[in-house]
Amino acid sequence: MTTLPTRSGLAELSAQGRLGLAWHALPWVLAFVVFYMAEGYLSLWTNALIMILLTLSLDLALGYAGIVTLGQAAFFGFGAYAAGLFAIHVHNDPLIGLVTATALSGLFGFVTGILILHTQGVTLLMLTLAVAGLLAEWANRAYEITGGDDGLQGVRMGPVLGLFRFDLYGKTAYLYSLAVLFVWFVVVWRIIVSPFGRSLDGIRQNPARMRAIGTPVWWRLVAIYTISAAMAGTAGALSAQTTRFVGLTTLSVLVSGTALVMLMLGGTRRIYGAFLGATVYVIVQDYAAKVNPFYWMFFIGALLMATVLFLEGGLMDLGATVRKYWRRAPVKKP
Amino acid sequence: MSSFITVLLDGLAYGMVLFIISVGLTVTMGLMRITNVAHGGFAMVGGYLAAMMIRAGVPFFPAAILASVAAGLVGGAVEMTVLRPLYRKGELAQVLLTFGLTFVFIAGLTLLFGTNSQAVPLPDYLSGSVHIGFRDYPAYRLFLIATGLVLAVFLWLVVDRSLYGAKLRAAVDNPRIARAVGINVNRLFTGTFIAGCGLAGFGGVVGAELLMLEPFYALKYLVVFLVVVVVGGLGNFKGSFVAALAIGIIDTAGKFFFPNISAYFFFSLVFVLLLWRPNGLMPAKSAA
Amino acid sequence: MTATPALSVSGLSKNFGALAVAQSIDLDLVPGARMGLIGPNGAGKTTFVNLLTGMLRPDAGSISLGGEPIDRLKPEDRVRRGLARTHQINTLLNETSVCENVAIAIAERDRIAWRTLRFGPQWRACLDEAQDRLRQIGIAEVADRRVSELPYGQQRLLEIAIALALKPRVLLLDEPAAGVPSAESHVIHDVLEQLPADIAILIIEHDMDVVFRFAREITVLVQGRILTRGEPAVIAANPEVRAVYLGRSVV
Ligand SMILES: Nc1ncnc2c1ncn2[C@@H]1O[C@H](COP(=O)(O)OP(=O)(O)OP(=O)(O)O)[C@@H](O)[C@H]1O
Ligand SMILES: [Mg+2]
Repeated sequence: MTTLPTRSGLAELSAQGRLGLAWHALPWVLAFVVFYMAEGYLSLWTNALIMILLTLSLDLALGYAGIVTLGQAAFFGFGAYAAGLFAIHVHNDPLIGLVTATALSGLFGFVTGILILHTQGVTLLMLTLAVAGLLAEWANRAYEITGGDDGLQGVRMGPVLGLFRFDLYGKTAYLYSLAVLFVWFVVVWRIIVSPFGRSLDGIRQNPARMRAIGTPVWWRLVAIYTISAAMAGTAGALSAQTTRFVGLTTLSVLVSGTALVMLMLGGTRRIYGAFLGATVYVIVQDYAAKVNPFYWMFFIGALLMATVLFLEGGLMDLGATVRKYWRRAPVKKP
Repeated sequence: MSSFITVLLDGLAYGMVLFIISVGLTVTMGLMRITNVAHGGFAMVGGYLAAMMIRAGVPFFPAAILASVAAGLVGGAVEMTVLRPLYRKGELAQVLLTFGLTFVFIAGLTLLFGTNSQAVPLPDYLSGSVHIGFRDYPAYRLFLIATGLVLAVFLWLVVDRSLYGAKLRAAVDNPRIARAVGINVNRLFTGTFIAGCGLAGFGGVVGAELLMLEPFYALKYLVVFLVVVVVGGLGNFKGSFVAALAIGIIDTAGKFFFPNISAYFFFSLVFVLLLWRPNGLMPAKSAA
Repeated sequence: MTATPALSVSGLSKNFGALAVAQSIDLDLVPGARMGLIGPNGAGKTTFVNLLTGMLRPDAGSISLGGEPIDRLKPEDRVRRGLARTHQINTLLNETSVCENVAIAIAERDRIAWRTLRFGPQWRACLDEAQDRLRQIGIAEVADRRVSELPYGQQRLLEIAIALALKPRVLLLDEPAAGVPSAESHVIHDVLEQLPADIAILIIEHDMDVVFRFAREITVLVQGRILTRGEPAVIAANPEVRAVYLGRSVV
């Protein structure tokens, strides 16, 4: 019996037995190692967790379902503003705020998804950009509500579960984000190994085939887009709650682009690709940006191009790719 | 009434710039089927180079021409090295690669020229104004309108009437058959790409007064360029001309009459338009 | 016969611009029918299938499945009511395993494809059934391979296996052996012989030997219009048919 190539993350995930389980524990163990080792840098790592969440949300929509979007920032920013405004005007409990922001982002994703997912290709790409553009424009104009260019200031959070205050060292923020990430991770995992996830994988590969077996393609896409939007909204909300600030940049196309870079860097459809890509990105960026942020941008652009050209599976597939080129190298063209 | 005509002229001038920059994009996306989000980068490269040359003493027109040629050559180099492997890959790979390329443009120009915006000084004869019956009007904008018209007619002749245009349409309709009858498809695409990027570079130079040159130019105006192409119908040359002018006029009018909500207005319009006609106002399968 | 037809088409018309690809087509399939649809290249056979499945919207005419009109149903709902098809050009999930290609269809048929919770046993049942179906059709040994690794002929069989997995009432086979070397096509024809007797089948096929053996009735389509229909022997003897069709494109 031949096994599937490593590329098929689905088969891999579902095929792993108990030994796999230990493997799956690794990232979370590392997360705790970081917690104890990275004192003073926890806010950076919290940001990494948030970016992982954002990247994972993009992986669902783009990686699995094949919805080519440049508008993920719309949901990230929406969630961030929703959580910030909720904390200021309604209640400062983080969890209630988080759930509210998540639900609202999901709703926003649902409504826009219903509208735009009929289209494909560049048109869809443009529409995702337009949604983010509209929202950014609103946030910029509605100075009274959002603080416009100055950003949303004065977000004060109560303690998590009424027990854990957000401390100066960012310990609570880190663990809180980690817990939220874990919850979403479990959801994502369930989705991608489920029949629902497999149908999305099918839609990405060949929508005509899925229609021919009776799949309501559009509804499936709307569903995953909604979930992805909710998830990106959670990431934005976490960002608002842990940094106590929401800026206009949360809605910029750069956020969408960054998420794309992180996803491609790590590898799509690998679930841990998002973890790897986002972590590497955030950490390296922290060093590089101190030198000159534009060196970093140059590097990221070049890296993205190189990834597309030479490393299709991202870092998760680095081993396999290297082996492939290694083996191919000595063979002369016929 | 006179403000109405002024807005119309301003819109036309802006629309012509959009057309000059986007026409290359409609070819790459519609004909070569490359989803290219880096197109604004070539316009930006052209603009920057011209700004640099003019500062160094080169007169406006030679600088504009040289900068366009340079932008075209950069485009050719990009096409031959990184885009060609992507012709048969999916849209996602193309979006990602060109997105990375946009980052490289932005960061590269910033590293070389800093984050400030670049002025492209106009020659004296373009910076004055001309009396047009009811008021004085900037000569520069009239120049844009004239240039756009001349280019549009010229391009239409090339695509519609020349052997090159016929070859291009053949290659797009069916690359395999085109190859079989001896058309060098690769060279044709490269040449077309160079021309498109050169035009974008030219648009970047002459449009610098309207679309300010700064490092994030390529991302900032991306949506506008894409809108022209998509609304005009991918690969539809005449469609993108009409779309560019319409968008130029509507956007200018929006800014003039409803300054507070003009950006909403623009995005909402795009949104509604694309939902209503996902394939643009004039969908077309082949050129012209 | 008075039984409700499994599929009933009347007055179906469709134009692509100036090209009339379907001109007032009438067609009935009784349950268990074996209908051959033949016609020269570009006659509109595939278009006809696309009109039936809802991939294309007809300009006029009506379609009913088991007596119920399905004109307003979306393609996926038509499939759910029991109208399945195969494609002239393979339309498969190339990165997915052969077995899962079938299992996903079964999951869709059994309405468990929305599930993200408590799907384990059902999904395993889908996989088991998929295995069985692959065995029946003779490609069980490649069940775990990626579709893209399969030879074309086996991919053609997979097309059929997927359609059958939907347990259709009506099955539309669009040139099931298209693209397969003639030396191997008998494998596909053997599979056709063993399709469940209760399914109404419409088969488009260029190989006349196959059609004449398989079909009990043949409809001839020329330029979007039904030229004639009848029993295979009658069709074979029809000089008009010979002129427009047999004389030209049969090898
Ligand atoms: N989407 C479309 N738009 C315009 N014309 C089309 C379209 N699809 C098919 N056609 C044309 O309609 C005609 C019928 O095509 P169709 O594929 O139905 O023929 P067919 O009978 O299946 O032929 P073949 O034996 O080659 O499979 C052809 O002339 C084809 O070019
Ligand atoms: Mg056909």
